Amino acid sequence: MTTMNHEALFQALLDGKLPDAEGRFGPFGGRYVPETLMPAINRLTEGVYRHLADDKFQRRLHEELTGWVGRPTALAKAPRLSKRWGVEVWLKREDLAHTGAHKINNTIGQALLAQALGATRVVAETGAGQHGVAAAAACARVGLPCTVYMGEVDIARQAPNVDRIVRLGAKVVPVTSGDRTLRAAINEAMRDWVADPDDTYYLLGSAVGPHPYPYLVRELQAVIGREAREQLMAHSGLPDAAFACVGGGSNAIGLFHGFLADRQVKLFGVEAGGRGQALGDHSATLAAGRPGILHGAHSMLLYDDDGQIQETHTIAAGLDYPGVGPEHSLLQLVGRVEYVTASDTEALDALEECCSLEGILPALESAHALAGAKRWAKANPDTRILIGISGRGDKDMPILDQYSASTSDVDGGTANAAA
Amino acid sequence: MQPREQLRQALTLDGAPALIAFITAGYPRPERFLQVLREVGAAADAVEIGVPFTDPMADGVTVQRASRTALQNGVSLSWIFSQLAARDFELSAPILLMSYLNPLFAFGFRRLAERAVETGVSGFIVPDLPFEECMPLKTELDAQGLALVQLVTPATPAERLRKLCAVSEGFVYAVTRTGITGGAESLPEDLADYLAAVKRASRLPVCAGFGVREPEQVRLIAEHADGVIVGSALLEALEAGQPPGEFLAALRP
Repeated sequence: MTTMNHEALFQALLDGKLPDAEGRFGPFGGRYVPETLMPAINRLTEGVYRHLADDKFQRRLHEELTGWVGRPTALAKAPRLSKRWGVEVWLKREDLAHTGAHKINNTIGQALLAQALGATRVVAETGAGQHGVAAAAACARVGLPCTVYMGEVDIARQAPNVDRIVRLGAKVVPVTSGDRTLRAAINEAMRDWVADPDDTYYLLGSAVGPHPYPYLVRELQAVIGREAREQLMAHSGLPDAAFACVGGGSNAIGLFHGFLADRQVKLFGVEAGGRGQALGDHSATLAAGRPGILHGAHSMLLYDDDGQIQETHTIAAGLDYPGVGPEHSLLQLVGRVEYVTASDTEALDALEECCSLEGILPALESAHALAGAKRWAKANPDTRILIGISGRGDKDMPILDQYSASTSDVDGGTANAAA
Repeated sequence: MQPREQLRQALTLDGAPALIAFITAGYPRPERFLQVLREVGAAADAVEIGVPFTDPMADGVTVQRASRTALQNGVSLSWIFSQLAARDFELSAPILLMSYLNPLFAFGFRRLAERAVETGVSGFIVPDLPFEECMPLKTELDAQGLALVQLVTPATPAERLRKLCAVSEGFVYAVTRTGITGGAESLPEDLADYLAAVKRASRLPVCAGFGVREPEQVRLIAEHADGVIVGSALLEALEAGQPPGEFLAALRP
């Protein structure tokens, strides 16, 4: 596969041939897990392909997506943003999905799968807490006990979501090891899974990790792009460009999949540029990383010359991850998707614009997609663009309050200095 | 003789159960690394040197702590090789490197194999590299006669067990229980049957480890395996300032 040229690789992806039998998206992907997990991974892979192809499973999933998640989510025209930016802006409103983000598309699918596979408990990791909330809700829905690993740093900055996870009946285990964010939470969830691979189901929240997760999560999130394309075609036709934020990349892969074959639609993944370009100041894996192996997959990754994984920074906890899903690495390699960055400040500005002009408070993660779109719109007036609003921003109120407070502090400081 | 063959022989020398000791490189103090290696190497039949990694997902709290401290003290794969190259003593115990894949990948597999031979390393144990993904590394190690030790676990199905035992080199690493390294739980009740099954499947010495910390556990495992691997408990002895040679001697049945 690695010797295939880029066009052939992309064609293979369009033809549904990737991931291949080894879980590869061209050179990326695979299953780099401890031997203890291999039998469980093999059973899961078999179960994923069997159940996703099963009409009964799909009917059950469809019922949950319509009756419980609230799909299809709206596609909203954004008239005032459009006017401000000089382009026609459409927003795919995953923030309107149950529990407030696209994460629920994945968790309800995987919870049904865990049930079908006979698991007795579910473990999950969470960064911003949106996946934790969605996992807790889906597990409650199907009647499985759920344990959510969450880094201490994230527990502090996404407190409202911690309460929601607990309220929904799941157990939150604070992770004090490593960088105490999403990456450490994944390590800890994996350690839990390794201890009981037969009965525990690992409900991974993004399109990352060992095969079959990147495939499974993409299939469950593809509903976003499928709906958005249908909705756009019913209104005004294909967009010139589509934007989604990328941390691990689950909402982006879901949105992009609806438009991969429409080559005239430019696709942009927006990563977190954080506070600067130095290693450790951002989490722009595709823009600044190189191929490596973490959390079960060969993909683009941020690490130093000794192979040690780098700390990341972004204001958006859900993007705070040094790796990225292997399919995104392929889409970058073959040139179908362009990956750009938006800084903390750009994301905050875009969030404010979306609030004041459209009455929508997007998640800080989604604000990165808005910021990337805004920049592109400036250079490409009179175009039509689609932006994935992956989640709502209620969870970010503590950070936004802090940011407003520190901004007014700076003003106050200047005033005092002047006096 | 190929390094991996020396490793195999070192574990079957006198018919007595072998003791493999794991240390995290440069832990607790980098400046004592070679001294610790020398003492551990004199008391054990083989030494596993852990290459610290930021994300040791198969390890328990002790190895996590040792890894983090070693990284903070500047330990890296290059540093380990340069230390090994600079040592002024010979060890009769073969040296293995235990590393997660990314540090090895970042170093480059070909250069890794060459550097390993130059510095007297006999083989590698890579906890996040299952057989399905190992060919790019194994090809380079094979070219230098180095071992890539396969791990098997109580969760490994019979057919897979046969395959892994057939492709392992040096020895077969039998993980005593599903889970991460360290921990203080007792050995699983069906340990004897499990190890007997691994022994039947393997032409190589079978060495067992994960959570071994008492002489009684060593004795019990040695009844059913060719060797015992001790890691977290040795790191904890080092943390407590106990001479590693003394600690290992006390573990021998």
